[in-house]
Amino acid sequence: MQDLVVPLNHVLFVSTLLFTIGMLGLMIRRNIIFILMSLEVMLNASALAFIAAGAHWGQPDGQVIFLLILSVAAAEVAVGLGLVLQIQKRFNSLDMDDANRMRG
Amino acid sequence: MQDFVWLIPLMPLISAIFLMVFSSKLPPTTVGFFGTGSVGMSALLTCNLTWGYLKDPDLFTVSLWTWMKVGELSANVGFHIDGLTIVMMMIITCVGFLIHLFSCEFMEHDKSYARYFAYLNMFVSAMLILVMSDNLLLLYLGWEGVGVCSYLLVGFWYQHSSNGRAARKAFIVTRIGDTAMMLGLLILFTELGTLDIQSLVSSAQVRWQTGDFMPTLACLLLLAGAAGKSAQFPLHTWLPDAMAGPTPVSALIHAATMVTAGVYLIARMHSLFIISPHAMMVIAVMGVGTALMAAFSALVQTDIKRILAYSTISQIGYMFLALGVGAWTAAVFHLMTHAFFKALLFLGSGAIIHCLHHEHDIFKMGGLWKRMPITFASFLIGSSALAALPFTSGFFSKDLILLSAYQLEEFGPILWAGGLLGALVTALYSFRLVFVVFFGRIQTLPNKENGWRIGLPLTILCVLSLVGGYFTLPLSNLFPMETNSHPATWVEVVSIATPLFGLLVAYILFIKIPSRIPKSLTSPQENTISRFLFSGWKLDEFYDRLLVSPYVRSTSILLDEPLDKLYNTIVLVNQKLHKWLSFSQSGRMRWYMVSVAIGFIILLGIAIAIPRGLSEW
Repeated sequence: MQDLVVPLNHVLFVSTLLFTIGMLGLMIRRNIIFILMSLEVMLNASALAFIAAGAHWGQPDGQVIFLLILSVAAAEVAVGLGLVLQIQKRFNSLDMDDANRMRG
Repeated sequence: MQDFVWLIPLMPLISAIFLMVFSSKLPPTTVGFFGTGSVGMSALLTCNLTWGYLKDPDLFTVSLWTWMKVGELSANVGFHIDGLTIVMMMIITCVGFLIHLFSCEFMEHDKSYARYFAYLNMFVSAMLILVMSDNLLLLYLGWEGVGVCSYLLVGFWYQHSSNGRAARKAFIVTRIGDTAMMLGLLILFTELGTLDIQSLVSSAQVRWQTGDFMPTLACLLLLAGAAGKSAQFPLHTWLPDAMAGPTPVSALIHAATMVTAGVYLIARMHSLFIISPHAMMVIAVMGVGTALMAAFSALVQTDIKRILAYSTISQIGYMFLALGVGAWTAAVFHLMTHAFFKALLFLGSGAIIHCLHHEHDIFKMGGLWKRMPITFASFLIGSSALAALPFTSGFFSKDLILLSAYQLEEFGPILWAGGLLGALVTALYSFRLVFVVFFGRIQTLPNKENGWRIGLPLTILCVLSLVGGYFTLPLSNLFPMETNSHPATWVEVVSIATPLFGLLVAYILFIKIPSRIPKSLTSPQENTISRFLFSGWKLDEFYDRLLVSPYVRSTSILLDEPLDKLYNTIVLVNQKLHKWLSFSQSGRMRWYMVSVAIGFIILLGIAIAIPRGLSEW
């Protein structure tokens, strides 16, 4: 497909940027909801890269993978929000470092 | 009645299990009711059985089920009832019942009341299985069962480590004998192909000649087992220490029943022992030796229960003497009378200890005869029977033993003289006990009265100790006929006069001139001989040096061997690594995330660097 409006490189750059933002969020944030959001950002960054690559080579695989990532993200949010509720109930805070019972 | 024989050992067993399961939830009265009542029921059933047997004396065997069947070995759970069994069962259940009744009051304020009765019932059950069993394997089960119960009850007050040590000593020393006995059983089984007592004995008589090697070996091994259980030299050292248990336990286990199991075993296997005159000679010499040794030790003890313990060893020595000279009836007779008067003495000492703030030292007692009349009467009667004063029960049985010993060919008179010396010392120490405890100045005042549950068993045992000598045991068709010819009159006169002489000496020493009592009889640490006797002929020290300390030393050498160092190093390295790894497991999300990122970057770097490096190379 030669008639792609946006060049592939630009899309990949945005995707990398999103991924890095998500990763930095994971490294810096302590609030568990923000951690979940960062995860979503990372997932979507990779999904974007797949879509762009699929469009670039004119293959349907990219879109298939995108659908897969979408469903994984949905499941992840469902489980993640359940965990958030439980952690809030048990530790009375949303700080991830309070739930470090498994250390050492 | 024959169909219900199995109920007799089952009753105490059920009660024991019941008490163990519900121990903490039962009120003391219920515990006492079940513990004593179950043995009482067994006693009633046994009396019924005895009544039937006396009317129509025929022996019978009840086979319940096959216990195990491996190759040629098949062992039944079955009971064989004959005169000897009946005598033993009567002693165990009736004396056992009285001691249970006594315990109800003696142990009243103990926290582990239910545990105590559970052990005691289990003991009665195991002892009944021991004497009723029709084969040696089931007998061995009962034999070990009473050993375990003895261990549990000696260490009953386990809070003091010395009691635990005494319990372990009792168990380990008897185990030595038990192991020898097991070897004896194996020899009998491989040689004769059966463990059923009746068929074993009859095939032994067919198969072996008198004086063969194999029966002698088997008999000596069985004898070692009997000596361990019955506290005979050289395995007797556990009994004085076993006095750490509660006093009624000493009365039941270490005087009346368990320690006589060895005598029972030899009497039960008498047809086998007759084949081996050497083993019989060993039994007789061992009996006399133990009787003398223990009697002299009893003479200098100051702890009331240790005196009685040594006297028990000494009296069982007499039973072994009787067995050794072939006077089977006399041995069982003395077993019975000894059960009566020694249980009486132990219970009497229990009554004193109960009232005197757990005081054991006889020189801190004194003048008690007015304060505790029933106890005084029981001690007087018990000691008279122990010393074999005329017309008490002990007189008849001991006299029978001494006269039978005299009639043995060759060594008879020597054995008789040894027994006579023992009888003199017995009279001396038993009346030393009575005179020191009940006469003289009052040293400690009794702080309470004993109730009927202590008084009644004492009274009944008093009567039994007095009239027990007139019982006729239903043993006539069980043992081979013994010679009934009377030896010369002077022998009998001397045998009767010796205890009286001992009584006189004790009277002169302790009542007439108490100021001039030899120091060695009051404070045994004063001179060398009495210190030697006090420590039980230094046998404990000897065994410690010979067996215990080499063992301890060799284990301590083996404790840090070089091979262990290697394994320890591996363990140490693993522990260090574990510490480092667990440090990285900090439980912080962000820390993990950073590690993942760093790891990813490193991997990426490698992935880029390696292909480049490869192409350059």
